[in-house]
Amino acid sequence: MLARIEVPRQARRGEIILLRIAIQHPMETGYRPDNFGRRIAKNVINNLVCRYNGVEVFRAEMGSGMSANPLLQFHALAEASGEFVFEWVDDSGERGSERAAITVSA
Amino acid sequence: MFAATLGGGVFAAEAQRLPAPKSGIAYAGADIRAMQADDFANPGMLWVARGEKLWNTAAGRSNKSCAACHRDAASSMKGIAAGYPRIDVASGKLVNIEGRINRCRERNQSADPLQYESEELLALTAYVAHQSRGMPLAVTADAANRPHLERGREIYYRRQGQMNLACVNCHEQNAGRKLLAETISEGHGNAYPAYRLEWQATGSLHRRLRACYYGVRAVMPAYGSDELLDLELYLARRAAGLTVETPGVRR
Amino acid sequence: MATRRRFLFTLSALAGITLAGGVRAQAPAEREALLRQITGGAAVRPGRVTFDTPELADNGHAVPVRIAVDSPMTAADHVRSITVIAERNPRPIVAKFTLGAYSGRAQVVTRIRLADNQEVLALAQMSDGSYWMGGARVVVTELACLEGG
Repeated sequence: MLARIEVPRQARRGEIILLRIAIQHPMETGYRPDNFGRRIAKNVINNLVCRYNGVEVFRAEMGSGMSANPLLQFHALAEASGEFVFEWVDDSGERGSERAAITVSA
Repeated sequence: MFAATLGGGVFAAEAQRLPAPKSGIAYAGADIRAMQADDFANPGMLWVARGEKLWNTAAGRSNKSCAACHRDAASSMKGIAAGYPRIDVASGKLVNIEGRINRCRERNQSADPLQYESEELLALTAYVAHQSRGMPLAVTADAANRPHLERGREIYYRRQGQMNLACVNCHEQNAGRKLLAETISEGHGNAYPAYRLEWQATGSLHRRLRACYYGVRAVMPAYGSDELLDLELYLARRAAGLTVETPGVRR
Repeated sequence: MATRRRFLFTLSALAGITLAGGVRAQAPAEREALLRQITGGAAVRPGRVTFDTPELADNGHAVPVRIAVDSPMTAADHVRSITVIAERNPRPIVAKFTLGAYSGRAQVVTRIRLADNQEVLALAQMSDGSYWMGGARVVVTELACLEGG
């Protein structure tokens, strides 16, 4: 699954930083018919977790009310240099992940 | 009622260019303008990102990627899309970016052409067109493309479908006016492939044009058909002065 | 859903208006049952939650929203979770976001689907277990032309 993330490369300790993720995914509601009138099975990214140096800083449990190609923006407190890891899974069991490093100065 | 307010001077207009064309984004609301302006929030950039990956991925029996010949798209593809559709010298046929990509695949990569409106072709087209973002449309008229421009113009002014409407009736004579909760745009293609909220996806200009045919209850020409290519060429010429916005965001 | 949307289109075209109806609030009993399902019966107080979204959405497929909760976001006092609710959607619970003191700021921006005009809600659970709620009324508009491409 193709995704884009935005994590600042640098931050000062104690700074509140903005984290963004956008994932290419139809977020199928389960209510939509295909061109032959058959119902397309529900398939949404139901869970996304963002960890900062192994600690969970954000979790999204999502349903069919989330838009296609979901965008999520949230925040984290910069504490130490390290890595942000985003991981997610959809109803079909397909998984995706992205990671980015951050350097935190005193 | 609607038809009664239209008509008159439709065929008198010879000018192929609008005096001061306004991009569709100028007719969009604040939320859509903000979505297009923010490269991260713009979902069309996901297709551009996929296109960049495909650009660098080997394809076909040649086992060559686009980048193997064209190198860095940021320089080699800069301004290219602004000059399309154009005549393919080898075949003498009019091609748009989608057609150019598929010809390149067949001739140079020994790869099967990508299906029109497939995710791969949309991604590559969006990626190539994106390299011209901000550059003015630069389609010129010459002896070779003149018959196509003429046909495109005919289509643009031709009333059709159960609603008996031509492109010009809505997108020129009534541009800027309200149709239900919508402002009618001038119908420019400079932002395509574009992400449309209605599609919940990125789609080609031909998909958008087909939607207009459907809207006036006319028979939709096939993707990549001569009719849509000629119309695409005419629209590009008519939009001279606008810049490429790919990937645009539209309602 | 397409059939219904076309029906709305037809209805509004005939009536010469852009909307098939005003913003309707959910019946109080249904809302209470839904909230109880999330809170387990704990009291829900109005306030502290800001729900920013356009009053007139361009399209129900992608309505931009920003939810912010008034909280110092410290270890002792922070937001645990924010649940986004759209009662007139076929599945009213849109998403649940889990936050903590490490979030620094209790604010989430995303895009949601709305099946109809409605009051959207955000329910925040604080670290002391209390629940606070805010909402916004949204009117969903539609394209004028049928889409069959």
